[in-house]
Amino acid sequence: MSPEISDKVKRQVEDILSRYPRPQAALLPVLHCLQKERGFISPAEEQWVAERLRIKQIRVREVVTFYTMFLQRPVGRYHLQVCTNLSCALEGGDDLQAYLENRLGIRTGETTADGRFTLSQVECLGACDEAPCLMVNLDYHTRLDRDKVDRLLRELD
Amino acid sequence: MTAEQVLTRDFELEGLRHIETYLSRGGYRAAVKALKEMTPQAVLEEMKKANLRGRGGAGFPAGLKWSFVPAQTDKPKYLCVNADEGEPGTFKDRFLMSHNPHLLLEGMIIASYCVGIQKAYIYIRGEYEAVAQRLEQAVAEAAAKGFLGSNVAGTGFCLDVRVHRGAGAYICGEETALLESLEGKRGHPRLKPPFPASVGLFHCPTVINNVETICNIPFIILRGAEAFTGLGRPRDGGTRIFGVSGPVERPGCYELPVGTPLREIIFHHAGGMKDGKRLKAVIPGGMSAPVLGEDEIDIPMDCESLAAAGSMLGSGAIIVIDQATPMLKVLAKVAKFYAHESCGQCTPCRIGTSWILKIVRRLASGQGRKGDVEEIRRLASGIKGLTLCPLGDAAALPILALVTKFRSELET
Ligand SMILES: Cc1cc2nc3c(=O)[nH]c(=O)nc-3n(C[C@H](O)[C@H](O)[C@H](O)COP(=O)(O)O)c2cc1C
Ligand code: SF4
Ligand code: FES
Repeated sequence: MSPEISDKVKRQVEDILSRYPRPQAALLPVLHCLQKERGFISPAEEQWVAERLRIKQIRVREVVTFYTMFLQRPVGRYHLQVCTNLSCALEGGDDLQAYLENRLGIRTGETTADGRFTLSQVECLGACDEAPCLMVNLDYHTRLDRDKVDRLLRELD
Repeated sequence: MTAEQVLTRDFELEGLRHIETYLSRGGYRAAVKALKEMTPQAVLEEMKKANLRGRGGAGFPAGLKWSFVPAQTDKPKYLCVNADEGEPGTFKDRFLMSHNPHLLLEGMIIASYCVGIQKAYIYIRGEYEAVAQRLEQAVAEAAAKGFLGSNVAGTGFCLDVRVHRGAGAYICGEETALLESLEGKRGHPRLKPPFPASVGLFHCPTVINNVETICNIPFIILRGAEAFTGLGRPRDGGTRIFGVSGPVERPGCYELPVGTPLREIIFHHAGGMKDGKRLKAVIPGGMSAPVLGEDEIDIPMDCESLAAAGSMLGSGAIIVIDQATPMLKVLAKVAKFYAHESCGQCTPCRIGTSWILKIVRRLASGQGRKGDVEEIRRLASGIKGLTLCPLGDAAALPILALVTKFRSELET
């Protein structure tokens, strides 16, 4: 079962490969590129990458499972990743997480029934001076309070 | 405020991240000076004199580190800039790279020229995608103006820079895990020695430095080592970006001379505690740094003073904790973080951190048993000094400090 990789991604993968002295070194950028297009990395994609990079599939699998940003199953259209590490927690990060669970009617790790939101908890995002914060997919939202969260959720509708 | 800015000069200029503005403010002059007027040996001498201590955590002098790279070798040499910035409380490298990406590139050119490197990577944490794009744009601009590529500043020196995104793993900030990750593998730290200076990326000699470390180099080359050491402490010169977070009036990045007192940073520069809160404790160098009590903050922020106080300057990230925050909550955050980030290669770290977390959770749920705090202390002592990479100590030392200094609070 070969996944349908678009020509655009195939070209991007070739471009990435041309910039590294060894194909395996291109693994992280290639996986980022695939995930960007397809939303997550399935076993079929792992196999495709392994063949393209001429490495064993297990090498790809190890990497996909090691790094938290690589997703092994689909998430909602908006992936809310709330930081609850110390600096955020000192400014209400845990409350923010609880409030989001409440508002979305799901627990952390789950996806809403309409497939719009997935809620995750993450470690420090490097925006501690603007705590508490979260990422929506790859966009930062900072200095959050309940009003700002309500507004954000409305905008993401 | 500082009389002299080494790193954040012109940060108020909106266009600084573009090369035209950077050039108009004297940018790339240090690189041209190094390449055209100095030998690599002279650059190294200046760097050693400056005694620039690493800003990534360990505080190792950069010039000395570079001198360990073999001069004669038939292998390529690499530069890896550590922009992984995962240490909780730390956000200074993002601040530097988003405001002034060309300062980093200029420092990289000088470092590469000095060590004889033609290929450099910036390993940036995956979440910083927007910053990575800014860096890519800066790389393209610098190449278009002839500051990168096959003939840097018309001198025949070659340097190729590649921005490489991580994918969410704190351990990849550890230098050998970073190398593994760059090679496309899991971030499992390597046993040292051999050190990366001799066996690094793709088994070749490699220099690894933090973003802020590299950003200091143009100043040192342009103004000289003495101007640099004159700014901070004699053996720990220059300025640092102190990142202050927690319940203070003005959290943020402050560039101040090395050795600025911690109390002054919190109460003067960051505006003191907000909303009438009272200070209880401070973590002075990122989560790995052992906590200081409120009676310990009259201390100069330099590597040696903090080491003497049983803590460390680390990444210069200052986390301020207020009286209303239970130390059990702080302990829980620290324990959870390291249990999550342990790569699992060695037993004391893998088992120790998750066992500690289990006890801390028990305490937090009100099911604590007599002797639990002592048990945490015993487990942390069993990690300290016994692991393959420094993450073990980074977990054990702050936990030991918390259970020692706040024992009575934790036991009630
Ligand atoms: C667990 C762990 C995480 C680290 N994370 C970082 C990091 O995110 N950024 C960084 O520059 N150094 C980090 N370091 C320190 C690096 O191993 C290394 O000492 C540093 O990049 C060297 O650069 P410097 O000498 O310029 O500070 C970390 C170390 C450990 C043990
Ligand atoms: S100390 Fe921890 S993080 Fe470091 S190698 Fe061992 S298990 Fe991995
Ligand atoms: S603790 Fe939340 S961004 Fe650093």
